[in-house]
Amino acid sequence: MADHPLPPTPPEKPPLSADVSAAIRGEQPTTVHVPHPEMHALLAPGHDFATVTEKISSIVLQKGTPLWWFAGFAVSFAVMNVLLVSICYLVFKGIGIWGENEPVGWAFDILNFVWWIGIGHAGTLISAILLLLRQEWRTSINRFAEAMTLFAVACAGVYPALHTGRPWLDYWLFPYPNTMGLWPNFRSPLIWDVFAVSTYATVSALFWFVGLIPDFATLRDRTSNRFAQHIYGMLAMGWRGSARHWHNYDTAYLLLAGLATPLVISVHTVVSFDFAVGIVPGWHATIFPPYFVAGAIYAGFAMVLTLAIPLRKLYGLEDFITTKHLENMGKVMLATGLIVAYGYMMEAFGGYYSGNQFEAFMIKNRMLGPYKHFYWALIVCNVISPQFLWIKNVRTSAVGLFICAMFTNVGMWLERFVIIVTSLHRDFLPSSWGMYHPTMWDWSTFIGTIGLFFTLFFLFVRFMPMISIFEMRTIVPAAEVREEQA
Amino acid sequence: MSETGGVPAVRVDLSGVRRRLDGTQGRTYWKSLEELAQTPEFLEFLHREFPAQASELDDPRGRREFLTLMGASLALAGLTGCTKQPEEKIVPYVQPPEQAVPGKPLFFATAMLDRGYAKGILVESHLGRPTKIEGNPDHPASLGATDISGQAWVLGLYDPDRSQTLTYRGEIRAWTDFMAAMRNALGAQKPRQGVGVRILTESVTSPTLAAQMRELLAELPAAKWHQWEPAAGASAATRQAVGRPASVQYHFDRADVILSLEADFVVDGPASLRHAREYTARRKRPGEQPMNRLYAVESTPTLTGAIADHRLPLRPSEIEGFARAVAGAVGGGSGAPAPSGVTGDWVAAVAKDLKAHGGRSLVIAGDYQSPAVHGLAHEINQFLGNVGQTVVYGAPVEAQPVDTMASLAELAADMKAGRVEVLIVLGGNPAYSAPADLDFAAAMDRVKLRVHLGLYADETAALSHWHIPQAHPLEAWSDARAYDGTATIMQPLIAPLYDSCRTAHEVLAALGSKPDRKGHDIVKDFWRTQLSGDFDARWRRSLHDGVVAGWTPAASGPAASAGADAPVAPRPSAPATAPGTLEIVFRPDPTIGDGRYANLGWLQELPKPITKLTWDNAALLSPATAQQRGVENGDVVELRYRGRTVKAPVWTLPGQPDDTVTVHLGYGRTRAGRVGDGAGFDANRIRTSDAPWSGAGLELSKTGETRALACAQDHWSIDQNAEPRHLIRSVTVEEYAKEPEAIKEMAENPPRDMTLYPNVKYAGHAWGMSIDLNSCVGCSACVVACVAENNIPVVGREQVAKGREMHWIRVDRYFSGAPQHSETVRAHFQPLPCMHCENAPCEQVCPVAATVHSDEGLNDQVYNRCIGTRYCSNNCPYKVRRFNFLLYQDWNTPTLKLQRNPDVSVRSRGVMEKCTYCVQRIEQARITAHNDGRPIRDGEIQTACQSVCPTQAIVFGDINDPGSAVSKLKAEHRDYALLGELNTRPRTTYLAEVKNPNPELAGPAGEGSEHHG
Repeated sequence: MADHPLPPTPPEKPPLSADVSAAIRGEQPTTVHVPHPEMHALLAPGHDFATVTEKISSIVLQKGTPLWWFAGFAVSFAVMNVLLVSICYLVFKGIGIWGENEPVGWAFDILNFVWWIGIGHAGTLISAILLLLRQEWRTSINRFAEAMTLFAVACAGVYPALHTGRPWLDYWLFPYPNTMGLWPNFRSPLIWDVFAVSTYATVSALFWFVGLIPDFATLRDRTSNRFAQHIYGMLAMGWRGSARHWHNYDTAYLLLAGLATPLVISVHTVVSFDFAVGIVPGWHATIFPPYFVAGAIYAGFAMVLTLAIPLRKLYGLEDFITTKHLENMGKVMLATGLIVAYGYMMEAFGGYYSGNQFEAFMIKNRMLGPYKHFYWALIVCNVISPQFLWIKNVRTSAVGLFICAMFTNVGMWLERFVIIVTSLHRDFLPSSWGMYHPTMWDWSTFIGTIGLFFTLFFLFVRFMPMISIFEMRTIVPAAEVREEQA
Repeated sequence: MSETGGVPAVRVDLSGVRRRLDGTQGRTYWKSLEELAQTPEFLEFLHREFPAQASELDDPRGRREFLTLMGASLALAGLTGCTKQPEEKIVPYVQPPEQAVPGKPLFFATAMLDRGYAKGILVESHLGRPTKIEGNPDHPASLGATDISGQAWVLGLYDPDRSQTLTYRGEIRAWTDFMAAMRNALGAQKPRQGVGVRILTESVTSPTLAAQMRELLAELPAAKWHQWEPAAGASAATRQAVGRPASVQYHFDRADVILSLEADFVVDGPASLRHAREYTARRKRPGEQPMNRLYAVESTPTLTGAIADHRLPLRPSEIEGFARAVAGAVGGGSGAPAPSGVTGDWVAAVAKDLKAHGGRSLVIAGDYQSPAVHGLAHEINQFLGNVGQTVVYGAPVEAQPVDTMASLAELAADMKAGRVEVLIVLGGNPAYSAPADLDFAAAMDRVKLRVHLGLYADETAALSHWHIPQAHPLEAWSDARAYDGTATIMQPLIAPLYDSCRTAHEVLAALGSKPDRKGHDIVKDFWRTQLSGDFDARWRRSLHDGVVAGWTPAASGPAASAGADAPVAPRPSAPATAPGTLEIVFRPDPTIGDGRYANLGWLQELPKPITKLTWDNAALLSPATAQQRGVENGDVVELRYRGRTVKAPVWTLPGQPDDTVTVHLGYGRTRAGRVGDGAGFDANRIRTSDAPWSGAGLELSKTGETRALACAQDHWSIDQNAEPRHLIRSVTVEEYAKEPEAIKEMAENPPRDMTLYPNVKYAGHAWGMSIDLNSCVGCSACVVACVAENNIPVVGREQVAKGREMHWIRVDRYFSGAPQHSETVRAHFQPLPCMHCENAPCEQVCPVAATVHSDEGLNDQVYNRCIGTRYCSNNCPYKVRRFNFLLYQDWNTPTLKLQRNPDVSVRSRGVMEKCTYCVQRIEQARITAHNDGRPIRDGEIQTACQSVCPTQAIVFGDINDPGSAVSKLKAEHRDYALLGELNTRPRTTYLAEVKNPNPELAGPAGEGSEHHG
């Protein structure tokens, strides 16, 4: 315990953990600075550096893995294998096993790609932007939000790689010197996508890993298992917690946050270009970039809530992920949900106001065409359901938020379906109109990616600290005291 | 080691053993005498058992070398293993075939048959493989075009399901066995004059075959020759109308006003290609030449009705009444007062228009109309002085013009009565195609010896003792005559793919006195008797030209002996049925005909021109009738007609007369082959011989089942959305004369510089295309021609239902009018190849630059580079791009490989493809022109869709050349760019429809003026 890593501004004397606990119990109110009420809400009373470290690292280092973990992992792993089978059959047989056709050249593949990428947004937003904005409430959720980002990007990455007719030639998408003397077509948004998504994945992974280094060191020091010591030791990269380490670390982390910040905006902007640059009515709209980014944050926070609410229950982390966290996320969802609703409104208005018959038909077809149920379900999920977040009782209720988040998860999936499929299925020439029906393999691939996501997530919560230990310690009241005094 | 395992038994050289034993000292152990004798076999065995160089393993230096060598050879073996080439023998020509230059196709003239009549074709042959069929410009029935089945003939040749062996009761037999059997059977018949012999053919125009038949009938005078053509023409009706057997030739080029009585003359019949050409020639350059006017009366929507200026849907029973009323109004003999209702105005207006154009008008009755209607048409034509002008009666072309329905019925009756002992079916499939009431299959059972010659081991073959595989007309010698009597000698393009294939000529010869003659000799010997002068020169000239010049048949044979009857006055036949009772209309299928083309995937997958259904037939109902009967598309109903039933899926078709159900023949085959089996339902099962084409008293009841039909174009109801989009632009002649610019201005035309990218200058050639919607009749021959030219795969029913057909050019069909009022409904057609946009939306979005622009303005698709993101297709506003979602191309069937065009890549799974403007033909022309040291001439490049088009609606050429045909067409006021408002700047543009309605008939049926696509 003696050499465990310390927060960036280590107190000159050991934290008065007993004092803090006692103060909160109200035994010695006069001797201890009362924590800031807002800070108080981000961490349940009674925690000091040791309890935080103990609580979070014990989840990883505990001897008996809970039964529900095995059950959950087994189910996720089984579902992930559905993805494996689907991919094998896809490569063996061809894209035709999916339901795409002329005119609907993209459907579940790009739809789910955008959905997953959107989910991935919350992680970077929480890690980078909220860090720069000094929103300390991000601290307890950033780690698993980042993990979620990575896993969502991994799931998203499955699609663009496999949706091509000849996936073994996907490397042609990268600009590399070759004997064909050919570059990719830099005018194509798909190439921008390649850069945007691969950069995003790289930076997110780096950010996540760098954030984990001090915590890996903690685990290395706390575990008694030789094997784990080695693994965590390697991952900790020789972290000793020295002042120089902390100094370099802070700089690196801040720089990475700076790097990641534009990515939050750029990735989904570029993804939206896939559509906005096309001439298909329903795609070709200037509103797409902001509307997609807002939608992505909306979807991302919904997924963070979807994961956080059960997790805090299962692992008893209510102390760290407090109602305050949930409420803040609810507020972000409400704000972004309103932007998204504005986007829908502007799409409908634009269709009418543009005077362009193709646009006008497109919006009419969305609302009244053969896929109208999808559109109205989307409105219910993404426009109606977040309105409940105006109510404080809903925002502060785990169940209420979870229900809202689930509606949003579904709603954002529907939004992409509406944008992609209903725009494509009836475009300019009525002679070429068609319908898209997903096949069994469309579903199995989609469900399989969910399996992949949860498999990775179960492994993550079992083997890595799902909440940043060292950052949590900075919001322990004792740390706060020091800062305010300094 | 076993004693002799693996060692061949050899005689051991014992003396050698003794010698070796003598030469050794001490005790020697040996395991076998072979070892002891050190026979070569034993040494080899030893060598095999212990691999060569195994001893090297003991030697450190040798081992290193061994491993080096083994490593290298393994690596080399691996490398060659990657690209193992099949073993091929290269044998040079000792004497190369005349003119055969690898890479340069040759064209040979022959003919395709439509109900026995010839349509001249030129067959493209690549080193002896026929790959593509073009029309023969010198042939009167082709004029350079072909119809859809003509295009598919080449697939018929290579159909892997074709019958390949001669069988007797299903067992493979030799041709000599068959000849022996025939000798016995006919030998027994001979003393009785062949009274038990019946020969059943299809319609025959072949002079050679006719001569052979006459010869055989002379030997067996009591034998009978029957003919059965399921979709026969109207020769019997014409005979009644005119009073003698005659062929009718219509001259649409001379007709100003045309009344079609259910005649689908632009696509149906032996002269349809010529009719379409002549009719549309009068509709080109509107404003510069007077346009003709067409009134079409029809009981089911046809292409002729679609292109007409006025269309009147009538129930089949009303057509005769209408014709009689027109005859009355015009002033003919058998006329009657006009019926009431909508037809009243029509009759008056049509009659007035016809009368005003006496001698320059034309009334044409459809092939499937009763003799009465034909008689009335004849009367009107005669009265108006059209006979000899627009209608010309000539000598019959068929060797023996008969009513084939009556002929088949007589045969069936004879068979049932046991009067037939030997039945020889030369082509055709009567067991499938005979009307149900003849019960032909059962009747066949009563014949002692049944012989069938056919391309397929079909339903009739299954009921026959002997089945002889028929040689495909592209691999055999024969001859045939066109609608006007012009003869063509049909020459083979390739030796028969299967040894036991025979032609009808050869089978007939086997029955006669000179049994084992080859088709070539039979045909040539016949023509030797026909052609005077230098026979060899004339023979070669005839083969080269595809027509026999200066030949008229000798006036002999059964046709002439029929003599002249008095013309039969057209008596009223069936009275008009009361509204509310359903009438049924039978028609041959628009793509697979009477079922003979059922196994040709190209035709199965070709969307039917009006319904756009593929792979299926359906019971066609008008929307009003469907609503009234409570049925929807895909509902399976039971059709009960004269006591027989069949189950059929419903398809609602706007423009169909109310209370009229149309069913198409040709489907429901059980032994068509792997492609045709199980598609659709067999309408022959409710068809009767007394009313083969229509009748009243149909009952329709829902079964509760449904069948999802594979329709290549979405349901018709969406088409109301097409109207404001100005996709099809249609004006009347008056409107066009008044305001020619209005067509272009129907939609916005963005200025040329409205783009972020610099304008590209096309310095050399700039290829472009113009498609005349006023000429297009919607026949879809361009689609099949494109399939044949460009190696386009057939994807099958399920894939079409999913919306994955691969056609590079499609014919879009839009309806105008109110679907509930069939008389207002009009169909419009728009062939749609790749537009080759100058601002191509597809090119910008392809991430790997697999679709790029050529410096001549072609939008090229680079298959090798395509990774299949499908982004280009999403972004194509015309949706002309086609994706290989699965491995659609057949890479395995050997015969199908022979059909492929060697100049066009065969695409595999996962790549996008689309129309190339037939870039291979452009390059061919470029090479030829370059070799000749001259520029490419206008018209030298004909795209596949252009060259097949019967109406020359598609024109391709260099738009940089102001004198080119395409430039001139694009300069017309009618020219417009489809979706030009998107600023895609398509190189393919359209010429608007211009209709010529009768001002007196404006109103709900005066459609052109009402509708702007």
